[in-house]
Amino acid sequence: MLTDRVLTGILRSGALLSALIMLLILCFLLLESWPALTGLPVAGFLTDPSWHPLESAYNLMPMLSATLLASIGAITLAVPLGIASALFIVFFAPSHLASLYKRLIELLAGIPSVVFGFWGLTVLVPLISEWQPPGASLLAAVLVLTLMILPMIAITAYTALAAVPDELLQNAAALGLSRWGTIAGVVLPAARAGITAGIILAAARALGETMAVLMVAGNVVQHPESLFDPVRTLAANIALEMAYAMGDHRSVLFVSGLLLMLLVMALSAMAGLLEKHRHV
Amino acid sequence: MFESAALRTRRKIRDCVAQGLIYLAVMLVSLVFFWLLVDLARGGMTHLSWAFLTESPRDAGRAGGIASILVSTLLILLVALVAAIPLAWSTAILLAELVPAESSFGRSVRFSLHVLAGVPSIVFGLFGNAFFSIYLGLGFSILSGGLTLACMLLPILTSTAEAGLRAVPDSYRLSAAALGLSRTAALTHLILPAAAPALAAGLLIGIGRALAETAALLFTSGYVDRMPGSLLDSGRALALHIFDLSMNVPGGDESAYASALMLVILLLCINILAMKLAYGLQRKKIMT
Repeated sequence: MLTDRVLTGILRSGALLSALIMLLILCFLLLESWPALTGLPVAGFLTDPSWHPLESAYNLMPMLSATLLASIGAITLAVPLGIASALFIVFFAPSHLASLYKRLIELLAGIPSVVFGFWGLTVLVPLISEWQPPGASLLAAVLVLTLMILPMIAITAYTALAAVPDELLQNAAALGLSRWGTIAGVVLPAARAGITAGIILAAARALGETMAVLMVAGNVVQHPESLFDPVRTLAANIALEMAYAMGDHRSVLFVSGLLLMLLVMALSAMAGLLEKHRHV
Repeated sequence: MFESAALRTRRKIRDCVAQGLIYLAVMLVSLVFFWLLVDLARGGMTHLSWAFLTESPRDAGRAGGIASILVSTLLILLVALVAAIPLAWSTAILLAELVPAESSFGRSVRFSLHVLAGVPSIVFGLFGNAFFSIYLGLGFSILSGGLTLACMLLPILTSTAEAGLRAVPDSYRLSAAALGLSRTAALTHLILPAAAPALAAGLLIGIGRALAETAALLFTSGYVDRMPGSLLDSGRALALHIFDLSMNVPGGDESAYASALMLVILLLCINILAMKLAYGLQRKKIMT
């Protein structure tokens, strides 16, 4: 039994170490952003005239608005497509087609963001630019993000739909509801919590996505006035400027990273709460 | 009577419209997926050859191949796995086998990993740069890139392994206890072998995630495209190579296409293998 105790000890220290990594990440983000949080006026992130780090103007708002707009746009497009995909797999497709399409969605989920970005850059951007130059724009970012979060929404919605108890379906059939009547009146309300949790997680993924957006969005710091304006998101800004940032500038980039992480953590806490309520 | 007939036709029309819209959405998604694949295949096929895989890049990647890039990618992956697997699997074994699911220790470890799973990859990049590259003094190196990736892989490896261990039937544990085996012996001879396919599937998913990663490596493993001499050299990962070729190197499109095709083929193979393992598991569970 000595070996058991030794093993438990070793495993416990391993688990402790992996739990501490999260804490370590938070500590280092705070440590690196401390100079900016204490040394610069915090209101400056909202009210500075522009984002010109070399002249100590650190207005994060244009990039925050671009990040939010791109994510909201992607969610608006991906939610109907994702839920339709899940409904197709569970209710509409013959079984072999359903498993084939499910594989396709899973493979789509495995394509790396840099490849989506590359494809967007070589195919989507020229297409948009023919229609409304310059092409690299908020719209391109929205479309690429849609492709990236669609599989996530479809897979979570599929799991939620498949978990709806058969009794409900049988009752609906006994009441003579039509197929769409069953789906809209019975199945979707029953699966609502799971589907919403999936959508929130997808939103978190869209907020934090870097490479694909960086490659297609044009990276001009501005509040976009239309879908065809180039924009720069918070994550893309970190990737662009981290290489040469020094002093306060570097510290402000860590602040924006911290902001991004807090946003994502709040969203995933919301999704966790929803999941918990579903099981009660 | 008349009204119910009208109602019925209205319902029928609504059903048809809904079905049509859903089929349209599905067709759109499949179409875009195949468009992407065909486009990559057409752009990359002409340039992808054995020579491309075995030569080092020349002229910032416009000419030559990706040999040194592949070596760097492999080394980063190895470092990440060597660092992450012991931690992840010991955490999973502890959570699934040795502490009660609702204990405060188990719950806090699981919560911490859950939060870690949601952290955006660019934030991992920031952390890796501040901690591994600067605080620990590893600089822009394969080692700091690999360790950053290890932090990223930790939650996914742990959760897949824990699920796999929990899927091993309790009768195994009871029989082992009845035979007087110690928990260590039961674990090494019985439970881990039974959970091996699930562990392998999780490992493949983790490898796929690591190969696809770009943002976390940007400021940790660096940009240098020479053949790495040691783990402390900077090395460029394949995904980063695609990014650099398409954004910073005019005329690098052909090589970028070929590298992207290479990466997608690798990932498709890994994902299909992982799916096969996972589906095989389900089938076995139904059979017994």
